[in-house]
Amino acid sequence: MQHALSRERWSPYVVGAGIGVLSWVTFGLMGKALGVSTTFVGAVGIVESIMDRAHVASNAYLAKYVIESPPVDWQMLLVVGLFAGAWLSSKLGGSYHVERVPQLWAWRFGANRWARYAGAFVGGVLVLFGSRLAGGCTSGHGISGGLQFAAGSWVFLPAFFAAGVATAFALFGREGRRHV
Amino acid sequence: MFDTPVNLGLGLLTGLVFGFLLQKGGLTRYRVILAQFLWIDHTMIRTMLTAIVVGSVGVYALHGGWGVSLHVKDTALLANLLGGLVFGVGMVVLGYCPGTGVGALGDGSRHAMFGLLGMLVGAAFYAEVHPLVSRYLLPVGNLGKVTLPALTNLSPWVFIAMLAALWAVAFRLLQEDGRPESSSRRTSGAGDAEL
Repeated sequence: MQHALSRERWSPYVVGAGIGVLSWVTFGLMGKALGVSTTFVGAVGIVESIMDRAHVASNAYLAKYVIESPPVDWQMLLVVGLFAGAWLSSKLGGSYHVERVPQLWAWRFGANRWARYAGAFVGGVLVLFGSRLAGGCTSGHGISGGLQFAAGSWVFLPAFFAAGVATAFALFGREGRRHV
Repeated sequence: MFDTPVNLGLGLLTGLVFGFLLQKGGLTRYRVILAQFLWIDHTMIRTMLTAIVVGSVGVYALHGGWGVSLHVKDTALLANLLGGLVFGVGMVVLGYCPGTGVGALGDGSRHAMFGLLGMLVGAAFYAEVHPLVSRYLLPVGNLGKVTLPALTNLSPWVFIAMLAALWAVAFRLLQEDGRPESSSRRTSGAGDAEL
């Protein structure tokens, strides 16, 4: 066991099966489905409610996640645990390393870290906007929705994948495959 | 503000396992995600398909045998489609989805921090336009909380069998990591040099 935990990488089949079994536990014992993106609504809602409580109360979407239900909930703690679990795994496996500008990005857009940070920021805005519009992210729609065969999740899955492949080739081209 | 301590504790525990698995799977790394979308390393597809197949067997067994509830999201076809497209573009620009982005910060990817800040802004922005979305987009193709087995009147096990077949095909076709170097390569960008 110790040996496995200190390995740098596990097979995608082992990891995938682990996530599948984790879903059995969350559905069966906790009455929950894995998800991540709603937490960002709760988090930004807490910040906004400190600045302007009336605004949050008047926005039905924010109010639903910040006032009508506790924003610090099962999923928000899941996100905290996710950070800690990834850190623990990288430390045990010896794969922790600081990355500021990924190699592929540096090859295409240069090594300036602030350009990369700006790109990451814009990507983050799109990721969360898209997942809230769709009603879930790769966890909530992709895994939880996918395994329940939810109709909308099986629209989301091919859509995000196709858009991702198209964007990757538009940004980095076939040549990018040699630099990733 | 706070859910019950039991729920918070169970969430934390679930997240620890989830984050551990994602990191061990390499999915908290920009290059693994991008290599999937550039179609040379299928770690992400293999992991997700396996998770969905294994998860569906157990969850539907629990649902059928013990009456465990499903948690199906609303289907709104246009919003699911448009949201998925925007998400896919963003995921490639950032290199992470929300879950793997949080994990990436945990295993040292500093640039993921700016992605997470962007996500907070994206969530705030979505909340502001939600009234328009719910008026014009969500009603289009709105089928409610529906599953493909319910829509087609077929047993979920038919879908599980089809998915398992898809998984077996993917297992055969997507076995190889097409990159010249192995996945344990550690060099990661010129930016690291300027610490």
